[in-house]
Amino acid sequence: MNIPQDLLYTSEHEWVRIEGDIAVIGITDFAQSQLGDIVYVDIETVGDEVEANDVFGSVEAVKTVSDLFMPITGTILEVNAALEDDPQFVNEEPYGSGWMIKVQISEGADRSALLSAADYEAQVENA
Amino acid sequence: MSKQTSLYHIHTALGAKMIPFAGYDMPVRYAGDKVEHMAVREAAGMFDVSHMGEFIIRGPKALELIQKVTSNDASKLHDGKAQYSCLPNHEGGIVDDIIVYHIREDQYMIVANASNIEKDWNWITETNKSIGAEMIDVSEETSLLAVSGPKAEAIVQKLTDWDLSQLGTYDCIKGTFHGAEKSLIATTGYTGERTFEIFLYNHHVERIWNDLLEAGQEHGLIPTGLGARDTLRLEMGYMLYGNDINDHTSPLEAGLGWITKLNKGDFNGRDAILKLKEEGPKKKLVAFKLLERGIPRRDYEIVKDGVVLGTVTSGSMSPVSSEGIGMGYVPMEHAAIGTEIQIRIRNKDLAALVVKPPMIEK
Repeated sequence: MNIPQDLLYTSEHEWVRIEGDIAVIGITDFAQSQLGDIVYVDIETVGDEVEANDVFGSVEAVKTVSDLFMPITGTILEVNAALEDDPQFVNEEPYGSGWMIKVQISEGADRSALLSAADYEAQVENA
Repeated sequence: MSKQTSLYHIHTALGAKMIPFAGYDMPVRYAGDKVEHMAVREAAGMFDVSHMGEFIIRGPKALELIQKVTSNDASKLHDGKAQYSCLPNHEGGIVDDIIVYHIREDQYMIVANASNIEKDWNWITETNKSIGAEMIDVSEETSLLAVSGPKAEAIVQKLTDWDLSQLGTYDCIKGTFHGAEKSLIATTGYTGERTFEIFLYNHHVERIWNDLLEAGQEHGLIPTGLGARDTLRLEMGYMLYGNDINDHTSPLEAGLGWITKLNKGDFNGRDAILKLKEEGPKKKLVAFKLLERGIPRRDYEIVKDGVVLGTVTSGSMSPVSSEGIGMGYVPMEHAAIGTEIQIRIRNKDLAALVVKPPMIEK
């Protein structure tokens, strides 16, 4: 199971890479492996400010649909346009070309609930 | 605690994702839903469907019992033929959809959905009280492999001297298959592709699975899971019990009038079905495809111009066409092929069209 050390995680299996006040967000390798072939990423919240833990979109696999939960309060600046034609990037490179959204982190946003790689790994192993 | 098929350790060794299904731990996928689906459409896939139930009905009263509990006319079934049928209840709903195999004179096998084994057994037993046929539940000792796809025949043929090209659809032969005595090979299936279903005693199944996989390697055979099985059947418009049909749906509403032979004589539920036929069913199970991007899922609403018509009973993306496809019940007046409907997906009503299955070009 690939869980990069330099990212933060949520208990709902999103990852977040924070650089200054910008966050890049996707779903983890564990999440994509559980979902199976991803065929559609539906995110229509560009421009919206979405609270932490609220739904910002959904990811559709052949067999299932899952909500995507915001790891941190912020405004969605951009959706990964490549996923429109190539949703399988989420399976192939969940931390790379399969990224989902870029977010402007809101001022004073609470980051305390985000998990370290070690904490997330422990959660996955206990699942 | 879930039950395991005899191939459980093989599935886990192959890296399958196992899920609980009908009381069993079953492989939902190995390499991936789409790869497995396309293997069955273009080459071949092999399913372990040993969770299915098998009942032997035999003796001089066997046909009488089958005729009483099923909707189709089993008297038309000569030796070596199989028939899709259902077990209606007294209210005209569906206890289960099944396949009846006529193995030889006075010997039949009913194959039941795994989730309904106990219910079906009790139901048939109740009817049998006044008939007295011999019934044996062989589900626990029977394994079932399904090899399916355009290459299936070439693969299975490598393991047997039986001339498989002589088998049409819904045929069966009993005998020794590749060293496994008392096996039954049937050309019944659930994918829309040429399929060989191989019923075996449990102690043979691991060897047969391995030998088939090896024989099929040159033809592109891969192990395929319940995930692919579900999308394959949905593309064909085949029903799944518990989703598309249940104790409260009529065969007439489900489009199963063709296996409901009201003139064959009395059978369980006949009066109720006849009454519904005379009144005319109010709803119908339709197949649909989305005209916009989106994937219908079970329990999503089917609407027309803002009015809710019904709910989706099965839905997915077609791996062949990449379109959203599904089934669901709608009032009869909206059930015609070509009717424009909408599927409500996350509060948006996406355009869809009632179509005639299969939902892919076949």
